[in-house]
Amino acid sequence: MIAFLIKRLYHALLVMFIISIIAFAIQDNLGDPIQQMVGQSVPESEREALREELGLNDPFLVQYLRFAGNAVQFDFGYSYTFNQPTTEVIMRHLPATLELVAASTFLIIALSIPIGVYSAIRPRAWLSRFFMGVSIIGISIPVFLTAIVLIQLFAIGVSWSPFPADTGWGAWLNGVLSTEGGMPAYGRGDPVNVFGTWDTNFASLTGLTYLVLPAVSLASIMLPLFIRLIRAEMLEVLQSEYVKFARAKGISLRRIYFIHALKNTMLPVITVGGVQIGTLVAYTILTETVFQWPGMGLMFLNAIQRSDVPLIVTYLMIVGLIFVITNTLVDLIYGLVNPTVKLTGKPA
Amino acid sequence: MTLKKTLLASVIGAAMTTALLPAAASAETSLRMAYDADPVSLDIHEQLSGGILQLSHMTFDPLVRWNKDLTFEPRLATAWEQVDDTTMRMTLRDDVTFHSGNSFTAEDVVWTVERLKRSPDFKAIFEPIASVTAIDDTTVEFKTSKPYPLLLNLATYVFPMDSAFYSGTDEDGDPKDEIVKNGNSYASTHLSGTGPYVVTERQQGVRIGFERFDDYWDEDSPGNVDNIVMTPISENATRVAALLSGDVDFIAPVPPNDLDRVREDENVQLVTMSGTRIILFHMNQERVEAFQDPRVRQAFAYAINQEGIADRLMKGFATPAAQFSPAGYAGHVDSLEPRYDLEKAKQLMADAGYEDGFEITMMAPNNRYVNDAKIAQAVAAMLARINVTVDLKTLPKAQYWGEYDDRVADMMMIGWHADTEDSANFHEYLTACPDADTGAGQYNAGNYCNPELDKLVAEANLEVDLAKRAEMLQQVEQALYDDAAFVPLHWQDLAWASASNVDIEPVLNVMNFPYLGDLVINEE
Repeated sequence: MIAFLIKRLYHALLVMFIISIIAFAIQDNLGDPIQQMVGQSVPESEREALREELGLNDPFLVQYLRFAGNAVQFDFGYSYTFNQPTTEVIMRHLPATLELVAASTFLIIALSIPIGVYSAIRPRAWLSRFFMGVSIIGISIPVFLTAIVLIQLFAIGVSWSPFPADTGWGAWLNGVLSTEGGMPAYGRGDPVNVFGTWDTNFASLTGLTYLVLPAVSLASIMLPLFIRLIRAEMLEVLQSEYVKFARAKGISLRRIYFIHALKNTMLPVITVGGVQIGTLVAYTILTETVFQWPGMGLMFLNAIQRSDVPLIVTYLMIVGLIFVITNTLVDLIYGLVNPTVKLTGKPA
Repeated sequence: MTLKKTLLASVIGAAMTTALLPAAASAETSLRMAYDADPVSLDIHEQLSGGILQLSHMTFDPLVRWNKDLTFEPRLATAWEQVDDTTMRMTLRDDVTFHSGNSFTAEDVVWTVERLKRSPDFKAIFEPIASVTAIDDTTVEFKTSKPYPLLLNLATYVFPMDSAFYSGTDEDGDPKDEIVKNGNSYASTHLSGTGPYVVTERQQGVRIGFERFDDYWDEDSPGNVDNIVMTPISENATRVAALLSGDVDFIAPVPPNDLDRVREDENVQLVTMSGTRIILFHMNQERVEAFQDPRVRQAFAYAINQEGIADRLMKGFATPAAQFSPAGYAGHVDSLEPRYDLEKAKQLMADAGYEDGFEITMMAPNNRYVNDAKIAQAVAAMLARINVTVDLKTLPKAQYWGEYDDRVADMMMIGWHADTEDSANFHEYLTACPDADTGAGQYNAGNYCNPELDKLVAEANLEVDLAKRAEMLQQVEQALYDDAAFVPLHWQDLAWASASNVDIEPVLNVMNFPYLGDLVINEE
C-alpha cells in the first residue's frame, strides 16, 4: 500500500514535470502577453521595458529553470491578468468547479445505475428502448448546444402557439409546449461562504437553482455513456454461469440482480468512471463558459485569450494532479471492491 | 409627564420605523449589468482600455467630458480659457469631495497629471504637456511646450485622483502611488475618486459592486441608481440570455447576430449607434511591388464593396467608410463616399499592367472585431474578381498582433479608435512614414509614406485655431483617399440593450462610456 502510494507520488511528479515542459514550450505560440496588458497606442519602448521586467526576453532554458526553481517551493509565479499568485487565483476558482463536478457526478450516479440496470433486466421493454434511443442522441449532441437549449427553455422561456389559442384544447396544448423560463441563466448567484475562499451553492435553495442547469449540461456528456456501459456489463454478467446457478438454486431475483450481479457489474464501471470524472473537470471549460460559471474552466479560457502563461501552466499542472489523484483513488476503491487485486502490481 | 412624553415618543418612534423601513428598503434602486469584460484593475492609470475608462467614469469624474455631439461638457472644470498659444487656465469646482472625505483642490489635478506622465500607457498621450501648476485652490494652469490644440481632448482623460489618499506607503512599505502592471499595488485594490459611485466589493472576473456616493457633488444629475452590480459575461449568447431572462437589466455589447432577437423582445430595448472605430486593410508596398503603383491601390479600393459588407455581412451593423474620420471628427470630409465600381477597378488594373492580376497573402484576426474573419473572406472573394488571388490566414488576436508587428502578410486588417478622438491620431499611427524613434507609423503595415502629409499633420497639431486645423486635417483625408493609401471598410457600430424601464439612451455615447451616474431607472 505504502509502496503503491510512493510510486503514485513519483508518477505525479513526473506528470507535472512533463506538463510544465510542454506548457512552457508552447507559450510562444499562445501570443504576446504584453499585447493584452497595454493599450493599442503604447509605444514600443514601453512594451520592451515591460517585456524585460517580466523576464520574457530571457532564453527558454533560463525562463524554465527560474520557473521550476520557484515551483519546487510551491511558488508558481504571478498571473499577468489577476496580478496575484497563480495558486491563489486557482484556489479561488477551484471550489466552483469542484461543486459543479460533484453535482454532475451525483446526477450521473443517481440516474445511470437504475436506468442501466433496468434496461439490462428488461432489454425489450419500451422504456428501455426509449432510454437507449435518448442516450444515442445525448452522446451525439455537443455540450454547449445542450447548454444553450437548456438556457432557452428554462431560463428565457419559449412561447409556442402553433395551435389555435381561442379554442380550449388549443390553448391547453400551447400551454404544454411553452415554458415559462425563470431559472438563472448565468453565474453562481450569491453563494454562501463556508470558510476562506470556499463559497458553496449547496447551502441554499437559491444556490441550488443556479447549479441545476450547468450540472445537467455537464452530466449530459457522461450520462449516456454510463447508462450504456452499465447496461452492457450487466447484460454480460446476467449471462454468466454463476447467475444461472444462483437462479437454479432459487435465490430471489432481487438478490441476484442487486447484490450478486450489480457488484460485478460495477467493477469495470468504477475504473472507467474514475477516469471519466477526471475528464469531467476538463469538460467544465465548455460548460463554465456557456453559463459563465466562475470556476477554473472559465478562468483557463480567459487566461488563454489573454496569453496569461503562468496561469495556464499552473492550471494544467493542477488538472494533471487531479487526474493522478482520481486514478489513485480508483485503484484503491477497486482494491476494496475486489480484494484479489494487488495494488503494487506484483504477482501474488 | 416626562414618562408620558418618552412613552409617546417611543411609540411614535416605533411606529415610524416600522412604517418607514420597508418603504426605504424598497426605494433602493439597483442596476444589474453585464459587460463582456471587467476592468483589469482599480488603478485607472494602469491600462488605457475601454474597461478602465468605463470604470473611471463611474468612480471618478474627468475635468471635462464628451457629450453626444462630440463637444465638451464641463465636469470638475467649470470654465477654461486659452491664455496664450501654450497656456490654458482652468477653473475648478469648489464643492467637491472625494470618497475618502478629503476635499478636491487644484493640487489633486497637478498630482494626477504628474502621475499620468509616469504611466506607461498614458505618458505618450500626455507628452505635449510641459507643466501643470496650481494657481490657487480652484485654478489650474496647463502649459505645453508647443502650441497644442488638443488640450481639452486630453482633459477628458484627467480624472483627478485623491492625492492625499494615494500618498505615503502601504503595509508592505511600497509607495501608494506606484503604478504596477504585473503585480499588486495599493492603487490597484483601493480607490478614492470624486465620482458618482463607490466600489463596495470586487472579485475579479466575477463581479464588482458599486454604491452611490452620498456626497456626490452633482446634485443636478437625474441619476437615481443606488446600487450597481456588474458581472463580466464574455460569452455572447449567455449575455443576451441573461438579459432576456431578466437576470440582468443592462448589457453591452449586444452581439450582431442577436440584434433581431433583442429588438423583437418587448420587455427589452435596444440602442445602436454608429461608432468611431475604423476597420481597414493595409496594402504593404514593401512586400508587393504592385502596391507602389497608386492605380493598383485605387483598383483595390474600387473592387471592394464596403456597402455590401456593411449591409449583408454586418447586417447593417456598420457604417461604410471611405476615410479614417467618422462624422463629428475634425478631419471628416462629407463628400468622401465608398467607391465600389468593378469596371473601373478592372480598368485601373489594366492601366497599371496587371490585367492578369497577381497573388498576395492576407491576414486578419478571427476574434477581435465583429465578424473579422468573415469580412476578410469577403474581401478576398471581391479581389478575385480583379484576378487577384488571395491566400488568406486568420488568427486569434493573441497571436495576430505579433504577426502584425512583424508585417508578415501583404494585406493585413486592423481596427483603430483614436484615443484623442481626433483625426490626426489615425494618420500618425496608421499612415505616417514609419519611424521607429518617434513611434510614428507604429501600425503602418502598408509602409505607405508621404512626407508632405506628415508635415501637414505636424502643422495641424500646432494650430490652435480649430477651424483652420480642421481644414488641414480634411486636406489630409482627401489626399489619403485620392492616393488610396489603405482600404477603409467601415466604422463598427455599437449596441447596448436594457430592460425597458432602464432609460439607457440618454447616458450612452459613441465613445462607449455610459455615464451611469446620470442613469434613470423608472418605477414599474
